[in-house]
Amino acid sequence: MKSFASVFEQYNWDDINSKIYNSTTQDVENTLSKSKKTLDDFLVLLSPAAQPFLEQMAQMSHHLTTKRFGKTIQMYVPMYLSNECQNICTYCGFSFDNTMKRKTLNLNDIAQETEVIKSKGFEHVLLVTGEANSTVNIHYFKKVLAQLNNQFSNISMEVQPLSEEEYRELHQCGVHSILVYQESYHKETYKEYHPKGKKSNFDYRLETPDRIGKAGIHKIGLGVLLGLEDWRTESFFTALHINYLQKSYWQSKFSVSFPRLRPAEGIIEPKFIMNDKDLVQLICAYRIWNEDLEISISTRENEKLRNHIIPLGVTSMSAESKTNPGGYAVDIESLEQFETSDERSAEEISKIIKNAGYEPVWKDWDKSYMMV
Amino acid sequence: MQQLKIGEKSFNSRLFLGTGKFGSNVEMGKAIISSESELVTVALKRVDLETETDAILSHLPNYVNLLPNTSGARNAKEAVFAAQLAREALETNFLKLEIHPDPRYLMPDPIETLKATEELAKLGFVVLPYIHADPVLCKLLENAGTAAVMPLGAPIGSNKGLKTIDFLEIIIEQSNVPVIVDAGLGAPSDAAKAMELGADAVLVNTAIAVAGNPVLMAQAFKEAVVAGRKAFNAKLAQPNNKANASSPLTSFLSEM
Repeated sequence: MKSFASVFEQYNWDDINSKIYNSTTQDVENTLSKSKKTLDDFLVLLSPAAQPFLEQMAQMSHHLTTKRFGKTIQMYVPMYLSNECQNICTYCGFSFDNTMKRKTLNLNDIAQETEVIKSKGFEHVLLVTGEANSTVNIHYFKKVLAQLNNQFSNISMEVQPLSEEEYRELHQCGVHSILVYQESYHKETYKEYHPKGKKSNFDYRLETPDRIGKAGIHKIGLGVLLGLEDWRTESFFTALHINYLQKSYWQSKFSVSFPRLRPAEGIIEPKFIMNDKDLVQLICAYRIWNEDLEISISTRENEKLRNHIIPLGVTSMSAESKTNPGGYAVDIESLEQFETSDERSAEEISKIIKNAGYEPVWKDWDKSYMMV
Repeated sequence: MQQLKIGEKSFNSRLFLGTGKFGSNVEMGKAIISSESELVTVALKRVDLETETDAILSHLPNYVNLLPNTSGARNAKEAVFAAQLAREALETNFLKLEIHPDPRYLMPDPIETLKATEELAKLGFVVLPYIHADPVLCKLLENAGTAAVMPLGAPIGSNKGLKTIDFLEIIIEQSNVPVIVDAGLGAPSDAAKAMELGADAVLVNTAIAVAGNPVLMAQAFKEAVVAGRKAFNAKLAQPNNKANASSPLTSFLSEM
């Protein structure tokens, strides 16, 4: 069966990197004047040569986003189910070698968390776990989903890579979207940051979105952890991945997120810094290349950036997030994955979105579409 | 102006509106009032059927008729199931049937749409299917019991106008049910043109919702639709760029 691996192997990291850094002003001007953009155009828009065109790119991105998505921002919130993890990821608070106490929510805990989340108005929830296959597995997920399915309109999951059959089961249990980040498309760097655990298998992770697509999941979310390698080259490979998936699994939607390395318990410093201007360039490049891509901004980002980023191409935002299991009600002090930066309430974020002339959308899915 | 009849309902306005993409629900409500539209489509997935105070529904003027749509359905099965929920919760048998398995361009699936129309018509729905500008499909939908057809003018949300004009003309010529041009209308002139061709109504969303001033744009579309319909009723003079031939080819007949 064809998978992204066969596409990926045709590309060389250093070639792409040099293409990006050797793009010229003329390349950028050509790209911006084209009506249909390709991956080659995305590459040019990522380049340092495109930086002086940032305002023009932002205007284009704004225009394209409004045309496709209207003046709306979808609201979601994460619910961390577990921080148990057998992987060593040197940037993550849940890393196996971190000796902090671990917690996995039981159904009673989840009911309490749900009550708090629902009271803030959320209808779209993102369930997050580490990777602890003996306890936090498909059986656990099915129990959790049976409870949550009539609580939320839309359920997304960001959990360990699973098999195609397991994804199909999640779909049948009412899961709308699955997010899985490659973290890095640089094979050696990937190995360095993921020395142990199931996650250390680069190729298995690389083929995970194919399994999600084959299982018929409605939306597939991709991303890299920004800070491990050069963000421009990483982003080209992310787009290459999305491009392949979009053609192969044409009935699925795609979203991209931009987790920039944040402080967490016992972690390393980012090797590569991506500043706010870079992030804005990346968002605009994604939008100009791909008009339908959903773009998500989490509370990793700071207040000021989040206030201003609303009209730039973003389509969904989280608010008042806790990144630890039980963080909303049952175990407020448990180990968190990373420190959030924007801690304002969902109500405040909703006001900021409205003041920017946008409508916060709390419900944009109906579970009736998954009941047949 | 003659009323438009669909199912058991009659409409004074031939402009139908969508409710998505507006910067605020208050603005959406104002735009609908300004458009004088009497039929607005609401995505079932956006409506919270469990609450009395849904954000969209509570901002609609109380005289408008609801046209729930099945956006999000990928096949006939999903659409039929969702339609039944919508009918029960929103107390209307009107349904805008949208089946687009492709989430990028939201291209309607003709095969599944035909299947679902057949089934929904049997279940007593007033079905308004969103389709490609495909004249044969329109006739098949008529046989299946559709209440109207909603061919697209251009890809949805594209604001490109009447790209499918040649096919729309055939559909309008052949149709026994109202033809509502849906999707792609970018400017009031596009709406006026569709009405001049003889479309029975148009449905507009993006062009109004994302305009600099949606309320004013809604009014502009209202006026364009009225003007286009009047022009259709008045019978348009045909464009004629040719001069009359100085040496007529058939004048010899009168000389014989």
